Amino acid sequence: MAETDYRITRRAVLEGGAATCLFLASGLPVGAQNAGVVMTAGPANAPISRIPMTFRINATEHALELDPRTTLLDALRNHLGLTGSKKGCDHGQCGACTVLVNGRRINSCLSLAAQHEGDEITTVEGLADGDRLHPVQAAFVAQDGFQCGYCTPGQICSAVGMLEEVRAGWPSHASADVASGPGALTEAEIRERMSGNICRCAAYPNIVAAIRDAAEEV
Amino acid sequence: MQPFTYQRANNVKEAAAAVAANREARFISGGTNLLDLMKLEIERPTHLLDISRLPLDSIEETPEGGLRVGAQVRNSDLAADPRVRSRYPVLSQALLAGASGQIRNKASTAGNLLQRTRCFYFYDRNMPCNKREPGTGCAALEGFNRIHAVLGASEACIAVHPSDMAVAMAALNAEVETTLPDGTIRTMPIGDLHRLPGATPHVETALGHGEMITAVILPPAPPGRQLYRKVRDRASYAFALVSVATVIEKSGDRIRSARIAIGGVAPKPWRPLEAEYVLAGAAAADSAFTEAAESALAGAVGRGGNDFKIPLAKRTLRQTLAAAVEGA
Repeated sequence: MAETDYRITRRAVLEGGAATCLFLASGLPVGAQNAGVVMTAGPANAPISRIPMTFRINATEHALELDPRTTLLDALRNHLGLTGSKKGCDHGQCGACTVLVNGRRINSCLSLAAQHEGDEITTVEGLADGDRLHPVQAAFVAQDGFQCGYCTPGQICSAVGMLEEVRAGWPSHASADVASGPGALTEAEIRERMSGNICRCAAYPNIVAAIRDAAEEV
Repeated sequence: MQPFTYQRANNVKEAAAAVAANREARFISGGTNLLDLMKLEIERPTHLLDISRLPLDSIEETPEGGLRVGAQVRNSDLAADPRVRSRYPVLSQALLAGASGQIRNKASTAGNLLQRTRCFYFYDRNMPCNKREPGTGCAALEGFNRIHAVLGASEACIAVHPSDMAVAMAALNAEVETTLPDGTIRTMPIGDLHRLPGATPHVETALGHGEMITAVILPPAPPGRQLYRKVRDRASYAFALVSVATVIEKSGDRIRSARIAIGGVAPKPWRPLEAEYVLAGAAAADSAFTEAAESALAGAVGRGGNDFKIPLAKRTLRQTLAAAVEGA
């Protein structure tokens, strides 16, 4: 099992604070949001069975024993210290938790860790090549594709997966004709294909510009 | 989330028998709807049987010239399949109009069919809901009900089925193949899969506990033009207020045949057969589209907030028929 680094930075504390505000605003009981991680929402004394599982995350093997309720997102953030993937809504509506599984973008909050045994998972931490940013990351920096940054890891992972889908010739709802596949990657195409990622700061114009730049680059 | 045990299924027959033997067990595949509901403790299974890796993820030609879509084919793969895009474009269009890229990458074909309503009151455990807790009443009847059903509903429940994919499949006369816990295989028209609520809105499908959907069979592509149109509150990533899937075949200036399925208005994809009869043999003109639309919504009942869906559905139907005929 790989070493887990739990250093707490000022940035992490700020992000934690932002997350707490988001949860309170959702109107859900705090215990329910944390269920499956620290607190359990089941009967008070119910034994928690743990199941062993292994994944390959950012090209490193990890072996964990987890409560079956643990989502992939909670496994990444709470058990492996990979806090790049963010917990926004925890219901698949905001896209902040987007990661790549076997190259495809998914909402890691709507997936059980146990379902990903043996999968190849890439989080935002695994995109760069050493100090060299992934072209999508570099484009977000160059185009200022964010304000607060909370949705950014999800936006970037989603964009990486989305550009792969375009390359594979997948049409979208914005494509004129599904049979002929995607045409040019227009603003309408980018906005439609990225609609699963919400930006509360509304940095959308710069996000779209970054993805357009990255599309030429990748 | 309530505690549960997790297991990966080895094969279809064993999986169906295992779930059938445990009232509290459920199949899980993409999990995009089930986990959402489990986090809210609306679904409380004590055992999950993961069927996502069963070898049901291929799309194969049938001897009749149609396609057999495995139950575990992901929504994104189904939408992107070149055979589906060229022969069943209405299905690709409907899939791409639903959910987000991330969710389509996880959601399975069978899971899409079996997803549950997004009725606000079904999701709100502080409110009565006959679907969630039979006998407690329906808060939507007198509540905020602009997303609710105008056709096929009952005094017990006015929730709509949220799928886009199922609406296109209904227009394509798809069949659903299942395996029963004893290993028997049966098929049913997709129109028989979902039940109307009547007095038992918690009974949503014709499937028994443990019965597993293994495939959706698309008959050979029907002649004519296919089209899916969706009207919603946001331009993307929102459920339909009204959607229309149609297949129209023309002969000269007349309509030879038309099939219509309407989404967002009923507890299941709604096939207004009477409107299809109106169109068969009619001149391809606005008067026929209007008559068909009036006929399709003749039995519609508004509950206040959703009254607008009745004229909206008529307009969407007329507009979709006209657009389809143009290219037919």
